[in-house]
Amino acid sequence: MKHNEKIDNAEDIVLDIQDLAIRYVTDDATTYAVNHINLRLKRQGTLGLVGETGAGKTTTVLSILNLIPDPPGVIDSGKILVNGRDVHKLSPKELSEMRGKEVAMIFQDPMTSLNPVMTVGDQIAESIMLHEGLSKQDAYKKAKETLETVGISGERAGDYPHQFSGGMKQRVVIAIALACHPNILIADEPTTALDVTIQAQVLELMKKLKEDYKTSTIMITHDLGIVAEICDEVAVMYAGQIVEQGTLREVFKNTKHPYTEGLFNSLPNMNDRNSKLTPIRGLTPDPTIIYPGCTFAERCPYATERCHTEKPQQKWINENHMVACGRYDEPDFHIERR
Amino acid sequence: MGEVLLEVKDLKKYFETPKGLLHAVDGVSFTIEKGKTLGIVGESGCGKSTTGRAILRLHEPTSGQVLFQGKDVTKFKGKELREMRKDMQIIFQDPYSSLDPRMTVNQLIREPIVTNKLLTDKNDIEKRVLELMETVGLAERLYNTYPHELDGGRRQRIGIARALAVNPKFIVCDEPVSALDVSIQAQVLNLLKELQQKLDLTYIFITHNLSVVYYFADDIAVMYLGELVEKAPAEELFAHPVHPYTQALLSAIPNPDLDVKKERILLKGEISSPINPPDRCRFAKRCNYACEDCMSKAPKLVEISPNHFVSCHHPLV
Repeated sequence: MKHNEKIDNAEDIVLDIQDLAIRYVTDDATTYAVNHINLRLKRQGTLGLVGETGAGKTTTVLSILNLIPDPPGVIDSGKILVNGRDVHKLSPKELSEMRGKEVAMIFQDPMTSLNPVMTVGDQIAESIMLHEGLSKQDAYKKAKETLETVGISGERAGDYPHQFSGGMKQRVVIAIALACHPNILIADEPTTALDVTIQAQVLELMKKLKEDYKTSTIMITHDLGIVAEICDEVAVMYAGQIVEQGTLREVFKNTKHPYTEGLFNSLPNMNDRNSKLTPIRGLTPDPTIIYPGCTFAERCPYATERCHTEKPQQKWINENHMVACGRYDEPDFHIERR
Repeated sequence: MGEVLLEVKDLKKYFETPKGLLHAVDGVSFTIEKGKTLGIVGESGCGKSTTGRAILRLHEPTSGQVLFQGKDVTKFKGKELREMRKDMQIIFQDPYSSLDPRMTVNQLIREPIVTNKLLTDKNDIEKRVLELMETVGLAERLYNTYPHELDGGRRQRIGIARALAVNPKFIVCDEPVSALDVSIQAQVLNLLKELQQKLDLTYIFITHNLSVVYYFADDIAVMYLGELVEKAPAEELFAHPVHPYTQALLSAIPNPDLDVKKERILLKGEISSPINPPDRCRFAKRCNYACEDCMSKAPKLVEISPNHFVSCHHPLV
């Protein structure tokens, strides 16, 4: 595949997901959550993973830390290389060393991802003690410093999560993730639970930390505005597949996939109040069914008969832009971004 | 100016808490014309939902007046109150928890018709349920399905059908699309807009999503800590916000348009406690322009240009 030949310098890739397929098996049905995706994260890059509920975004990133619950999760195929090492081949000890140290995660809901009976200082220090082998006192001191970097006074290290507001709790979660200076940071909708002005503060903080610590980030979000704000690459997921991928500018300004177009057209146009919203018709497909053709065909205004029967291939239309649409190759075919 | 359908005068709703009096809504006044939409925006805890509910008397207002077609609904009792409920309805935020999971679509939509004795004949009721399902775009085959079988968008359509069942004139939409994905969100917004035109409805549209409110509302009211800080027609508010809080709020909207580069105004700190708030500008502590006046006395809502109201000692005109 051209995609794999594209970057010669493997040094610049901190995370490489190859042909990943994950399904959840229950007594009732099998849910195909992630269907053969390829994803690469560049050093110091910020990749936005975009898609709607159930697209497989969270399953994808959980697999990076080997956190898919088994059962019901089954990894059918795929390789995940973190700094060149295959995650699935690591021993439990190596894995727990990697978690938090090499790869850290910020979860969506700061209200539930903190331990309510531990002070925030202890929670940050816990990961420092584990990974850096510092004494409790030294770790606590470092925890205070980390709190300061996310804009919370070190004096508050002795407080419990319920004593903080939502925005501050999310900062604490970020502080825990950053405590050991991970080189890959995975943020799963880090600002969804926050108000806009607080969201602005947290995004600003994340940008600054990226500069300071040289981290590479995967940012899961459904908000295209946030992607435009802090990402330099985008991957659009639909029904467990990546349908379009590329640099921010390519995907946003030179949109090629009808689903990406549909996402943009569903948003209220801030330049023209009177333009009508164009929703994507229908609903996301049933993830327990394997479709013979394109999974988006049912909802796609451009779908032809062939789209329903033939799987679209991933095409790199230039070195910064991939699209998986069966009609892309037709000479007269183009989509209509509003 | 068109016919005023709803006028809210100095509406207050306080809650007693162990720590003191929580000023959820503190002296809010506005009017809405028939057939128009007033958007209420603000951050969590600013009192926007409480305002909507106090208007419908789902929370009993502490003081103030709510004049609906000229009559003060806060004084209504018994039969009058029940009649008022037919005119004034609400659509709730969460279509997952606002519907009884053990009732079918048919039963859910039928309930308000039967409870209010709008129709008594079995066939008439069934006809009306089917008609409502068609109005909100629910396929007939879903007649006997349960909410858990449906996605969020369809569930929200049930909520809309229930509100419409009693032929209301006025609906409070409390974050009706916040729980939905963007593609579904657009479907529901379009539906609400169509219904407004078809049925001549008047809306209060409560949301924290500023781009949605810009698209949807005729007038926008911005709330902060229980108070109305600025109100203007949507285009005017977005083009010329004059309250420092409104400016910061608008600048914080992440914009997917790569060609629009905005200066972002970052606010210091976070919203303070609504319990026993001091008698001064409630935004002063986070405001980049605050002076002594702001720290010592509360500003009043004044009209700075036609239909543009602001409550600030130093509006940024």
